[in-house]
Amino acid sequence: MSSNFNVVEMIDISKSFFGVKVLDEVSFSVAPGEIHALAGENGAGKSTLMKILQGVYSMDSGEIQIAGSKVLIDSFQAARKHGIGMVFQEFSLVPELSVAQNIFLDREHKNRFGLFDEKETISKSKAVMEEIGLSIDVTAKVSTLGRAYQQLTEIAKAIAGDAKILILDEPTASLAKEEVDSLFKVLKQLTLRGVSIVYISHRMDEIYQICDRITILRDGKKIAVSALADITPQQIIAHITGRKDVEMLTHEGKSVERSSVPIFEGNGIKVGNRVNNVSFKLFPGEILGLAGLMGSGRTELVRAIFGMDKKDEGVIKINGSKVSIKSPRDAMANGIAFIPEDRRRQGLVMEHTVKQNILSANLSSLSHKSFLNFSKINSVVDHAIANFEVRPAEANREVRLFSGGNQQKVVIAKWMATNPKIVLMDEPTVGVDIGTKVEIMKLVRSIAAEGKSVILISSELPELLGVCDRILVIRKGEIAEELERKEVRDEDHLQMIVQGIRI
Amino acid sequence: MKLPNVRKIDLRATLIYWMFAGIFLFFAILLHDDGFLQSNNLLNIFRQTATITVMAVAMTFVISAAEIDLSIGGVAGLTSVVCALMLRDYGLIQGILGGLAIGLIVGSLNGLLVSRVGIPSFLVTLGMQGVAIGFAALITDYHPVPILNDTFNTIFGSGTIGWFPGLLVWSFTAVVIGWITLTKTTFGRRVLATGGNRDAAEFNGINTKNVKFKVMLISSLVASIAGLLYAGRLQTGRYEWGAGDELSAIAAVILGGTSLFGGSGTIVGTFFGALLVGLINNGLILAGLPVSQQQIIRGMIIILAVALAKKK
Repeated sequence: MSSNFNVVEMIDISKSFFGVKVLDEVSFSVAPGEIHALAGENGAGKSTLMKILQGVYSMDSGEIQIAGSKVLIDSFQAARKHGIGMVFQEFSLVPELSVAQNIFLDREHKNRFGLFDEKETISKSKAVMEEIGLSIDVTAKVSTLGRAYQQLTEIAKAIAGDAKILILDEPTASLAKEEVDSLFKVLKQLTLRGVSIVYISHRMDEIYQICDRITILRDGKKIAVSALADITPQQIIAHITGRKDVEMLTHEGKSVERSSVPIFEGNGIKVGNRVNNVSFKLFPGEILGLAGLMGSGRTELVRAIFGMDKKDEGVIKINGSKVSIKSPRDAMANGIAFIPEDRRRQGLVMEHTVKQNILSANLSSLSHKSFLNFSKINSVVDHAIANFEVRPAEANREVRLFSGGNQQKVVIAKWMATNPKIVLMDEPTVGVDIGTKVEIMKLVRSIAAEGKSVILISSELPELLGVCDRILVIRKGEIAEELERKEVRDEDHLQMIVQGIRI
Repeated sequence: MKLPNVRKIDLRATLIYWMFAGIFLFFAILLHDDGFLQSNNLLNIFRQTATITVMAVAMTFVISAAEIDLSIGGVAGLTSVVCALMLRDYGLIQGILGGLAIGLIVGSLNGLLVSRVGIPSFLVTLGMQGVAIGFAALITDYHPVPILNDTFNTIFGSGTIGWFPGLLVWSFTAVVIGWITLTKTTFGRRVLATGGNRDAAEFNGINTKNVKFKVMLISSLVASIAGLLYAGRLQTGRYEWGAGDELSAIAAVILGGTSLFGGSGTIVGTFFGALLVGLINNGLILAGLPVSQQQIIRGMIIILAVALAKKK
C-alpha cells in the first residue's frame, strides 16, 4: 500500500519571535520510508521548524499536512497522535527504570486488577526490539546502558508509540564510531518498515552515508532541496553558508609577535576520552580560533583549561612558568576569564541584577577586607554598562529582563572587569541577533588590541575567519590541523577542513 | 511570549509588611480588651520571638544558598543541656563554651556532609535533628537540668538594660550583623550567587562548596546561641527546648520574602517574619484558645501566608 502522499508536508511555514522572522515561508516534505537530512547553520531555523512540527511552537502562517490531510498540531500530545516522534538530544528516559518500563512509560500495560503488568510489558518490549533489529536486554536498568543504547531505547520508545516520523537532532554527537554504525543499522531497518526520519546533523559524511534527500535552510529561508546523489558536499556547504555579512567576514590582517614567550602554553592536555594529547601555544594579543563539530571536544578543552573539569594529564604554562589550575579560582588568579557556552545556565544568575552579576566575578577587587566598596562597585558597573553598550542601561534591572544579546554583553562586561590576560569564549554569539553578533566580534578584536589573548570557540565559521589570527581544527578530541588565518581561503575551505573532507 | 511583570515582584517583596500590619490591626481591634496593645504584652512578643529571630537570621543565609537546616531546634535543645551540665560541674565559661562547641561540631558535620559528601541538606539535618535530641535526652535521662548561675541567667535570659530586655539586645544584634553580612560583604554576595545559580557561581570563581559549608556551620552555631538563650530564659537545660523551632524559623524566613529556591534573601523581611510568627502565637494565646486550636490556626495561617508570599 504505497500512498502518493508525502508523510509530512509543511507548506509555507512562517514564524517570528519578537518581530524577528525566524522562518520565512519555508516548505518541507518527507516521503514515506525516507531519511531526510535537514541542514543549516545554527540559527538557520532548523530547530524552530521541527519544534513547530512537534507542537512546541505555533506557526504564524502556513499549513501542515500529515499523509495528505491537513492537521492542526497545537501540542506535543497532538504531534504524538499524528505519529511524530522526537528522539531527544537530552534523553527523556528515567534512568532507574528498566528499558521495558521506559518504552511503555505512560502507556503501561495493566492486568485485570489494574496493576502494572510486568510480563506483558517485557514481552511487548522484546517484540519492539526484534522488529527494529536490536538486541538489548529489556529488563536492564537504563542507567546501566551506554549512551548509544540509551538513544536506541529512546528510538524504540518512539516506535512503540506508533511513531511514523522520527526526528533525530544531532544523534551522533556523543557516540563512538561503532555506536554510530549500530544506530544507522537501526535507522535503515526502520525505513524498511515505512518509518520516515528527519535527520538533523552538521556532519557531512554521515548525511551522505545515510540520508536520501537534503533540505537546506539559511536565515529562515529554504535554500535548496535535493537528492543527495545529485549534490556535492561543496554545493551543500555553499548553500549552507551563503554570502555573509561583509563587515564581520572581513579579516583585518594583523601580525602577531610569536617570537616572545607565549602567554599560554598547554602541553599534552588529556580529559577523559574527550580531549587527547592537545598541545598549543597562545601569544599576547593573539586571537586563536577553535573550530570543530559539536562533540569534537572543543568545549571540554577550554573547560579543563579554566579548571571546571579535571585534567587527567597535561601541563599548563602561563608566561613560561608552570602553573597548577584545579579550579576556576586558580584560573582567575592566573588571569584567565571564561565566557561560557550557556549564558543562562553558566554565565549569569538570571534573577539577579546587572550590578549583582558583574559584582559576582569581581568580589575581591571590589571590596576591602571583605566589605563591599559600593562607590567603586557603582563606578565599575556604570563604566561597564557604558563601555559594552548594555541596553537598557539600567544597573539595577534583573538580567532575565534583557534580550539575549544584552545578556551576553553583561557576561562579557563582567569578565572584562576582572582585567584578564587570557579570555576564553565558548560560542559567544549563540542566540543573539546579527547586529549584536557584529558588536561582539568587534569587542573580541578590541580585547586583542589591548594586548590580551583570546581563545574563541565558534560553530559559525565566518566569525572565526573574521577575527582569528590562527585556527586550530579539533576533531575527535585532537588537534587535526593548525592553520594560519591567511592559509584559509574562505568559509567553504574551512568547512571542508572541519568536516575532514580532502580537496 | 509575554514579558515578566516587574511590579508584581515588588508587591511580593513588601507583602510581609502588609501582612504584618493587617494581622496586627486585626488583633489590636479583636483583642483590645485582653490587653494586646499594652506595652508589656508588646515587649513580650519581642521577648518570645527572640530565639526564633536569632535562628531565622542564620536560616536566611541557609535558604538563600538553596539549602535547608532542620536540625536547629535539636541543636538548641542539646546545647541547653550540655551548657547546663558543664555550668554545674565546671563553671560559667566552660558552660558557655561547651554549649557553643555543640553548634561548632554539629555545624561542621552538617557542612561536611552537605558540601563534601553531597548529601542533600534536607536529609542530613533531618537525621541530625534526631541525633541531637536523642543525645540530649540520653545524657540527662529526660530530666531537666536546673541552672542556678545568676550571671548566666542574666546575660542570656532575664537581664535588662534599663527597661530594655536583654533578649531583645540579642535579637537586634543578630539582625544587624545578619543584615550587614548579607548586603555589605563579599560573603553575602557569594551566598546569593551560589543559591541563585550554582553553575554560574562556580564559573565566577566562587567556591560554592565552601559557601555551603559555611552557611551550615553558621546556622548550627547560631542555633547553639539560641540554645543558650533558652537555657538562660528558662533557667534550665532540657532536651525539649527548641523542639519545632526549625519550622517557625523557616516560616519566618519565607514569610519575610526570601526565595525558598535560593538566590534572594532579606534579613529585615526575616525579622518581620519572625515577629509575625510571634504575633500570631501571642494573639492566639490571648484569645484564650486551647493549644490544639492554636496549632491548627497557626499552621493554616502560615501555609496561607507563605502561599501568598510565593505567588508571583
